[in-house]
Amino acid sequence: MNTSLYEHPFVELNGVSKFYAGVRALEGVDFACRRGSIHAVLGENGAGKSTLIKVMAGVVSPTEGTLRVEGRACSFSGPSEAVSEGIVCVFQELSLMPDLSVADNISISDPPRRMGLIDRGAQNRRAEELLARINCEDVDPRMLVRELSLSRRQMVEIAKALGKNPKLLILDEATSALTARDVETVYRVLGELRDEGVGMLFISHRMHEVEALCDRLSVFRNGKHIETFDRGERTQDDIVKLMIGREVEHQFPPKPEPVARPAHLIVSNLAWENRLNGVDLAVGRGEIVGLGGLDGQGQKELLLALFGCLRGVKGSASIGGNNALTLSPAEAKSSARRIALVPEDRKTEGLMLPMSITDNLLAASFSRVSRGPFIDPQKAKAAVAAGIEKLRIKAGSPDAAVATLSGGNQQKVVIAKWLMTDPELILLNDPTRGIDVGTKQEIYRLMRDLADAGNAILFYSTDYAELIGCCDRVAVMYGGRIVAELQGEAITEEAIIAASLNISTARTAAIYAESGV
Amino acid sequence: MRSLFATLGVSIRQNRGFYGALAMFCIIYFFYHVLHPRGFSTNVLVANANESVALAFVAMAQAIPVLIGGLDLSVGAVMTLTACIASGLLHGSPEQIVFGMVVTVLTGTAFGFFNGLVIVLGRLQPIIVTLATGAIAMGFALLVRPSPGGRVDGDLNWALTNSLREFADVYGLADGGRADWFQPVAWVPVPLIILFGVAALVWVPFRRTVTGRTLYAIGSAEGAAYMSGLPIARAKIAAFTLAGFFAGCGGLYLAIQTSTGNADIPQAGAYTLNSIASVVLGGVSLLGGIGSAIGALIGALILRVISFYFRILAIDPLLQPLVEGIVLLLAVSLGAVRALRVKNRLELFR
Repeated sequence: MNTSLYEHPFVELNGVSKFYAGVRALEGVDFACRRGSIHAVLGENGAGKSTLIKVMAGVVSPTEGTLRVEGRACSFSGPSEAVSEGIVCVFQELSLMPDLSVADNISISDPPRRMGLIDRGAQNRRAEELLARINCEDVDPRMLVRELSLSRRQMVEIAKALGKNPKLLILDEATSALTARDVETVYRVLGELRDEGVGMLFISHRMHEVEALCDRLSVFRNGKHIETFDRGERTQDDIVKLMIGREVEHQFPPKPEPVARPAHLIVSNLAWENRLNGVDLAVGRGEIVGLGGLDGQGQKELLLALFGCLRGVKGSASIGGNNALTLSPAEAKSSARRIALVPEDRKTEGLMLPMSITDNLLAASFSRVSRGPFIDPQKAKAAVAAGIEKLRIKAGSPDAAVATLSGGNQQKVVIAKWLMTDPELILLNDPTRGIDVGTKQEIYRLMRDLADAGNAILFYSTDYAELIGCCDRVAVMYGGRIVAELQGEAITEEAIIAASLNISTARTAAIYAESGV
Repeated sequence: MRSLFATLGVSIRQNRGFYGALAMFCIIYFFYHVLHPRGFSTNVLVANANESVALAFVAMAQAIPVLIGGLDLSVGAVMTLTACIASGLLHGSPEQIVFGMVVTVLTGTAFGFFNGLVIVLGRLQPIIVTLATGAIAMGFALLVRPSPGGRVDGDLNWALTNSLREFADVYGLADGGRADWFQPVAWVPVPLIILFGVAALVWVPFRRTVTGRTLYAIGSAEGAAYMSGLPIARAKIAAFTLAGFFAGCGGLYLAIQTSTGNADIPQAGAYTLNSIASVVLGGVSLLGGIGSAIGALIGALILRVISFYFRILAIDPLLQPLVEGIVLLLAVSLGAVRALRVKNRLELFR
């Protein structure tokens, strides 16, 4: 590797900020990366890594600040302009078209042509060459992408990126779904590319991957660039501390003394597809159990499985002695189980935005306010008034469309809707995302009140501070399993992050080796 | 040879809907001829072809917007409008007739282009835009032809609605159709040549352009198409423009075949609905991304063959909608089997 050739930064950001509807995703970021180097970007969930690469790849344009490529100021109006500068991104969410063939996908933006028409033969040969480079000779270029497994799709995605002759290749969690053999192949290819002078920006939650591959590391936190250093300059402990920072911004209600509680929900060896790989968990009445870990380690799938949304779930789950695994949300909320789920995306799964607050509040419990087939207006009115009162929803009129409410009040409507069903097990999927601090604190207090009233609560959050402040216990997931359970004083950010990143403990190392990722 | 079979195998696996439709068409059309007293004759083939061409064109027109996940409710009306225009232009000198044909097809194409512009620039849903523009097209058709009528060159009508032999006879080609070398192809119906010729010359190359590929990408995953930097707006406009072109071809043929133009509102509506049925029968996914205009063409032929059966079997023709409905329902049910494999039920709603 000849570093002198690539001393000047290839891409350089100066004072870049990005706001989404007033929410800060990046703030005043100065950042540079060179060719002929593999550069890791580290940070917690929501630290701004994704926004950073979206800015560099031309997917979003920065609210403030400038972006320079080889010293020239650039403003990209779309991903294709970034590609023409040699900045190519392998996105975390796959950007492949499932109904087109592998060859079509690899050459999608600039296919080989003959007399203006796409030359399928040349396209297949090109795909074969690129796939051979990453040891994927087993993938037939004529296959449709939807016929491939997730790990093969990710390899096709990498082949597609290589086909664009990148000068800077951005890999956003690009190895998350790969098998061990493919990971090795990708490492080898990345090494070759570095020696050819390609720069790489590597975003990964896997500490040992970063250690093995990257020669430079940058840490982001809360949308800010904290520090950049060469490999070996800092220990893993230092890096974890940099990622956490020292800000404490939430106020949480006091936790009760830990006591032994009879289990209400018992999950054992739960498995689904390749996303859940044997989950064991118990939640007692009066207890708030947090689900931690990095995004996409099976937390959402666990909640969906318990709520009857997934088919083909293996293993068992019981609730108050009855089988908890159902075939639909309708059964999950029935009187035998009394499960409620506050879903991930309130705009599509939680609310019917154009309908009124009243209709949304009643949506899960019409049977409670009906007489025969008819909704009893008196009962409905009383139930809605009680729900609004209990959650202190700030609304002009209960007949207004729920879309007119603020994000925090919308989320309160979702929670109130489920509390109306009188649940005994409450599943919360990141309920405080994108809402204001005041409402967050109300939700924390409500959770504690519900637990004190004897409900069992399973609470997934991407915010570690919440898990520490709210939960009696925290179960950290990695690779579709629970790799650590923390209780009482042991719930610290260091412990959660260490477990999430799969470093330090022998148990996590063993599971890592087994799952082969 | 082995690689040819391998390619065919891959193709069949990936296009089950299309090959299923093709097999179904071959089977039911074969038995139709077996049952027909004058089966396997040129006359029957020519008559059947004539009745199928307009619907087949309209079905191809419908297939293209469906591929991007849209629906074009104006195809029947555009066909009617162009037929009304053609019924007033297709006579006189050969130059005048050719001019009339070009104007007819261009009208359809321009109308489709207009649909595409409104949808893309207005960011509107295709179904509602084309419901409105379809009514506009019917309005123009009624202005052009308030009552049924028109004048179409008799030779043209005869030549284009019969076998190649008659075509050669009318225009004095190949010794009036009696040349020896001409005999092996003399039986081929001209309407089928027009239909498959247009499909092969327009759709097949289009599918291999970047714009054509983008259509599939939009229907498959519009977000991924955007992230790949594909020309989405251009492809959408092209989809509706091409739909207008095929609808115009359908209208042109209908006018030549019937020698009249008729701004018949129920007929336009029936063509639109049958085009949607054809698209589904031909293995095109209403969600977009899967299928082809050729598939829709086959779907239209299936729909027509079902109606032919009513003539040779003494079934009450009043039962025809019932049977067509059942066939459509069965075809759609086969397509829905896929949903049984979805493991995360939330994905059914995405």
